[in-house]
Order: sequence, then structure tokens, then C-alpha cells
Amino acid sequence: MTKTIIPFGPQHPVLPEPIHLKLTLEDEVITEAIPAFGFVHRGLEKLVEIRDFHQMIYVVERICGICSMLHAMCYCQGIEEMMGIEVPPRARFLRVIWSELHRMHSHLLWLGLFADSFGFESLFMQFWKIREKILDIDEATTGNRIIVSVNVIGGVRKDLGTEQTSMILSALKDVEKELQWLETTIMSDYTVQKRTVGKGILTGKQAYELGLVGPTLRASGVAQDARMLGYAAFGDINFTPVVETDGDCYARCKVRFREVFQSIDLIRQAIGKLPNGEIAVKVKGRPNGEVVTRVEQPRGEVFYYIKANGTKNLERLRVRTPTFANVPALLTMLPGAWLSDVPVIVLSIDPCISCTER
Amino acid sequence: MFKKIMTKARMQSPWMLHFDCGSCNGCDIEVLACLTPVYDVERFGIINTGNPMHADIFLVTGTVNHRNQKVLRNLYDQIPDPKVVVAIGACGLTGGIFREAWNVIGGVDKVIPVDVYVPGCPAKPEAIIDGVVLGLEKFRGKAETAESISANDFEEEAPCREK
Repeated sequence: MTKTIIPFGPQHPVLPEPIHLKLTLEDEVITEAIPAFGFVHRGLEKLVEIRDFHQMIYVVERICGICSMLHAMCYCQGIEEMMGIEVPPRARFLRVIWSELHRMHSHLLWLGLFADSFGFESLFMQFWKIREKILDIDEATTGNRIIVSVNVIGGVRKDLGTEQTSMILSALKDVEKELQWLETTIMSDYTVQKRTVGKGILTGKQAYELGLVGPTLRASGVAQDARMLGYAAFGDINFTPVVETDGDCYARCKVRFREVFQSIDLIRQAIGKLPNGEIAVKVKGRPNGEVVTRVEQPRGEVFYYIKANGTKNLERLRVRTPTFANVPALLTMLPGAWLSDVPVIVLSIDPCISCTER
Repeated sequence: MFKKIMTKARMQSPWMLHFDCGSCNGCDIEVLACLTPVYDVERFGIINTGNPMHADIFLVTGTVNHRNQKVLRNLYDQIPDPKVVVAIGACGLTGGIFREAWNVIGGVDKVIPVDVYVPGCPAKPEAIIDGVVLGLEKFRGKAETAESISANDFEEEAPCREK
């Protein structure tokens, strides 16, 4: 059988972002997949030499627009740990609320794109319609739809009044109701199962050995979630990670769908326990030393290494993003798959290329 | 006569191509939000197409870097005339917050001619729809004069940033 090489990307209808995959095919079965990166590379880790450590918050927020709040939270957490700043309890709970809102909008976005990848256009529209409600909450509470920019070193920039928390709770009630209506589609629809069950299977052992993170790992039965570390206020509220055991594309879809409900629950708990007090403390001095921090993003665990030398510019900032850890899974899953399943399998790890390349 | 009918038909249903050219995803998901309920540009006959050969309006988000400028030129040249380029977001306009990063050339207009600039970080869906509507006016003008610029005529390879 002669081999055919098919380029997938960088501009492809199913991908909102440019990633290039060189697929070698025998008949319709993939034998090899070689990824090529660099289309979104900006080199922003080196910007620490120009921008000071306060300005870097706005740069790391723009590593990725979808999980911007969590990037800024991870960065601020690192600097706070380095400078020995105690964040007020109210700020820690507010960070949980906004980070879970971000996780919800990211997962709903992904569920929509995933439905689009196997041609279920109406499901795509339904998920994005629900997502607009989350964005409305973001806009009402922070002033922007996507890049909310609430984190500062030492706390948060905005406060939530009782009017706003009750608005969030009533909006979440609507979201939950509409999601329960879609649950029957995701959980029992013939079309969804036909295109996703048994596609791109990863066993728990494989997933662990490849060093995967986030929903991709949890769908293979490994209960690992950075929120178990108890950063921000996750230590004070009930949290157990969502786990599925099948390890295929359908299991990854179910993990993300259940995590949306979990996020609703976490926001309710955080609003219920929201303490009174300050939302930020004043920051004096400059950071010195090195630190490693971790935060659970919608796609998995993000890892920041920050090194400072007592000047206003940091010495080094290194970001390891979840998609970077999950790309090896793609190269394990694609060989042996059909060409028609490539969009489904590629999307099942929730690739975020602008995170990966920075 | 035929040209008039063609122009009218094109104005009624412009198809758009979206390319993420090194953006942070913020503007990309806002472009997609334009296509979905609440904003829904399909009511104006605008459809998102994945194929540049079918497109009339080219939406570009994000900064240009040394690797993706060739892809951007290719896509631009593959779109048949008349065509309109809409640059979206602060990065697409000037390079935005990344303009000093070492791998960034700058805004989209360093590589291909841009007709409409939509500011914002990220640009709101309302602003993007407004940009597309403004682009349609230019589109009519281009369709009537049959003006054409190739990416190669626009400028030679964008020069490397000198430090």
C-alpha cells in the first residue's frame, strides 16, 4: 500500500487556532502523526526584561484568552508566596468564584466545538447560547467578557456586593436548568455515542506514564487535580475531582460536562461561605528568590516557575501549560485511527495552542 | 448589467474566513461568538467558511510573527477578488501588548493590506459586527472598480526587527 501524506492545518475549519499536523496515511488509517508548532509563538516569557513585575500580570493574562484569569491567579500566587504576602480570606474566595466561572465558560466553549467537530451543529449553538450567560456575569461583575483582569498581587481588584452575588446565583440556576436539558443529549444520544465511544482510547497506566494532566488524565481513571492542593480557598470548601474510567473521547466529554455542574456547586459553596473584610493588601518591596506554583486550569495543571533578583524586573518566568503536557497523548492516540476521526481526537484533549507556544 | 447583479448578490451574502494569526484566543472566541445565538450574524447572510477560495471577507486576529506571515500571505492570495481584510483586536492593529516581544513583527498591516481596523482587547462581538458592516461598504467600492492588490505587490518580506 502506498503512503499518502496529508497536511492538517494550520488553517482548518475545525480548529480555531493554527496547529499543523503532518498525517501519514495507509488507505484511510493513520500510521504516523508529526505535529509542527510555532504559528502563535510571540516570545512573551522574555518580556519580563522590559515590563516590571506588576505589569507582567497583564501580559500573562494574554497568554491565553480562554483561561486568562487562571494564568494571572497562578502568577500572583507565585509572587505572593515569594514576598510572603498573606492574601485576605475574602479575596481568596472571590478568586475561587471567578476562576470557576472561567472554567465553566471554557468547558462550555469546548463542548460546543467538540459537537461541531462531529457535525452536530445545533448542539454547538445550544452550548454557546448557555455560555453567553456566563459571559454576561463576567461582564456585569468585572467589566469585560473574556479577559476579566481581576487579579492583583495581594488580592483582587473588584468586590462582589450582595446584589451581584444574588444575580450570579439566579443566573447559575438558569444555566443549570438548561444544562440538565442538554444532559440527555450528551449522555444518551445515538449520534454523539457513535462518533466518540471507543475513539482514541488511553488506559490509566498509559495516561499516567505520558504525564498527562487535567480532564484528559481524569477520563482515564486517575484522580489528579491541582485543586486538591487547596490553593486560594479550595481548602475550605468541599471538593472531590470528577473521574471517568473508560479513557475514550466520550469519557473526556463526560468529565468536562460533569465538571461544569461541579463548578456551579463550587461557586454556590464559595458564595455561601464568603467572609467579610478586605479584598487586597498593600504590596511593599520587590520580589527576591525563586518559586514554583501550580493551578488547575480548565485544560489541566499549569505550572509557573518564577525567579527574581530583588529588582523591579523578574529574572526568569517559565510557564508549562497543560496542552504542552497533553500533546504526547495525541501522538499515541492518532496512529491507528481513521482520518475521519482526526478532528474528534484532536479536539478531545482540548488543545490550546496559544498557551502552548506563548 | 451582469456585474451589477454579481455585486448585489455578493453584498447580500458575504462569506467570511477567519484566521488566528498569533492571537491569545480572546478575539477568536469573540469572532465565533458572533456566529452563535445572541449575536448570530447568519441573519445577515454571513457564513463562516473554512475554505479561502469561497471567502469574501477575511477576519484576522492577532500579531504576525516570522512563521505565520507566509500562511497569512498564502491565505490572502487564495481569496478571490474583490476581498476585504478586517484586522481585529489591539494585537491585529499594532501588535498590542506583545509589540515588544522578540518574535513579533507587528500588526497585520505590515504583511497584507487592511481595510477595516477593529480595536479592543478583546474586541467585543458588537464591534466585530460593526467592522464587518463597514467592510461591506468598502467591498462594494472594490467590486465596482475591480481593484486588486496581491500580497507580493504590497511589500517585500517584512524586515526583521532590529534591536
